[in-house]
Amino acid sequence: MKILVPVKRVVDYNVKVRVKSDGTGVDIANVKMSMNPFDEIAVEEAVRLKEAGVATEVVAVSCGVGACQETLRTAMAIGADRGILVETDVELQPLAVAKLLKALCDKEQPQVVICGKQAIDDDANQTGQMLSALMGWPQATFASKVAVSAGKATVTREIDGGLETLEIALPAVVTTDLRLNEPRYATLPNIMKAKKKPLETVKPADLGVDVAPRLSTLKVVEPPKRSAGVMVADVAQLVEKLKNEAKVL
Amino acid sequence: MTILVVAEHDNASLKGATLNTVSAAAKLGGDIVILVAGSAAGAAAEAAARVAGVSKVLVADSAVFADQSAENLASQVLEVVKAAGGAISHVLAPATTFGKNVLPRVAALLDVAQISEIVAVESADTFVRPIYAGNALATVKSADPVKVITVRTTAFEAAGEGGSAAVEQVAAVADSGLSRLTGRELTKSARPELGAAKIIVSGGRGLGSSENYHQVLEPLADKLGAALGASRAAVDAGYVPNDYQVGQTGKIVAPQLYLAVGISGAIQHLAGMKDSKVIVAINKDPEAPIFQVADYGLVADLFEAVPQLTSAV
Repeated sequence: MKILVPVKRVVDYNVKVRVKSDGTGVDIANVKMSMNPFDEIAVEEAVRLKEAGVATEVVAVSCGVGACQETLRTAMAIGADRGILVETDVELQPLAVAKLLKALCDKEQPQVVICGKQAIDDDANQTGQMLSALMGWPQATFASKVAVSAGKATVTREIDGGLETLEIALPAVVTTDLRLNEPRYATLPNIMKAKKKPLETVKPADLGVDVAPRLSTLKVVEPPKRSAGVMVADVAQLVEKLKNEAKVL
Repeated sequence: MTILVVAEHDNASLKGATLNTVSAAAKLGGDIVILVAGSAAGAAAEAAARVAGVSKVLVADSAVFADQSAENLASQVLEVVKAAGGAISHVLAPATTFGKNVLPRVAALLDVAQISEIVAVESADTFVRPIYAGNALATVKSADPVKVITVRTTAFEAAGEGGSAAVEQVAAVADSGLSRLTGRELTKSARPELGAAKIIVSGGRGLGSSENYHQVLEPLADKLGAALGASRAAVDAGYVPNDYQVGQTGKIVAPQLYLAVGISGAIQHLAGMKDSKVIVAINKDPEAPIFQVADYGLVADLFEAVPQLTSAV
């Protein structure tokens, strides 16, 4: 059984981005880039399924600029068997990525696609659901537990009120939540090994997909700043302030 | 121009998030139609008809919606949009785990973009949404014929009552047969919901254990009539279940008062609570980043300060 894992190159989660002064976007020149944390969880889950003998091959896919190769190498260092880069300099929006992934799914015929639930740059939370709809497959989003067996997956999902468990037919799309697993650190030998794993590059046109953006960004601004607060000396002063100044008690 | 709002409900009543979504719809200008797709959902449909500003309620009542599966709901929304023959210009749902699950499917099936978690409506095709954990606000314009949108509920007031919309039954789609709900464990609590609470008492890793979390924070929450929340660190450590998590990828909240106890304030946590009216931070580390967004900061041992606070309020 083959598992496909899309991975996105994003600004590292520890970086606090700055909005460009001309309002055209955020400044990502010279900031640390990493694999989207939810995608790392997805790679880890796929690799664990392979280690458990459920999956036979894990294919990592990244869509974007040439530097996404690094993200694919990271996925292969965690344990993915090979990588596919869909290379383009066009700004890719979730619908376009879902269409690219659909074209690859048609070709690769995976039984399970494990996506991160959300990328921490655009915070869209769309691609997995869109891919699932385009394929006509079931979906299990925000997964905190995944079990795969004979043509089906049992997935526990984190929802607003608690948890729910779905049984879905395969092939299917699963999207990961934070508590699905804790991704391993790639060891140096595995990082070296990953450099030798196959990495194929294709263009959106090769897949017959129009990736033109549907949304245009008119401007990007900083959110209103909170005015500086005050430090209080003790609980009594805190209660006094909350009652008489903030009037929230 | 007709705006379709996909209701989040439990068949017996509408979820509060639906009311915030109706308010966002009202800012677009146009007829507002609520779709209630449920199983024995008559009461929810009646509640939808009473929401102020709603012109019609469509009800698809069938056992295929008992699980509220994304597959069946998205197909139903698609049918409704198609049946309207181009009259529906917008499809809205709350940016809750319900809306986030269903709406991207709808957008993909319509071959249009989704605009996620809008916080403001500039015009019928232009919206403001947070990116990078709320560290930037992007104004985006959609060129698609149908705008599919999820709404950040804390950015819009809840719509009131007073409407008397007509309720119309529509045929339900067939079951996809691809997905089956086998279990649901909902956290039971007498406290207010996190998303709707006026006061939230939230705990982090500083509490040290599940027992401490409950022993220290519950008496304060009880006294204030507050909801309980948590940082990711506290949830990951198993102090409380996942649905307590406030942050970029958890719940986004904006109460009147947010009390952060033993929370250091990672940017991912701040993303979920920085629109609160008043923020109080109690932390023993004076360098904790939470103090940079707090209106009132108290550097103290939480195990002494919180019980004192509980007896003082």
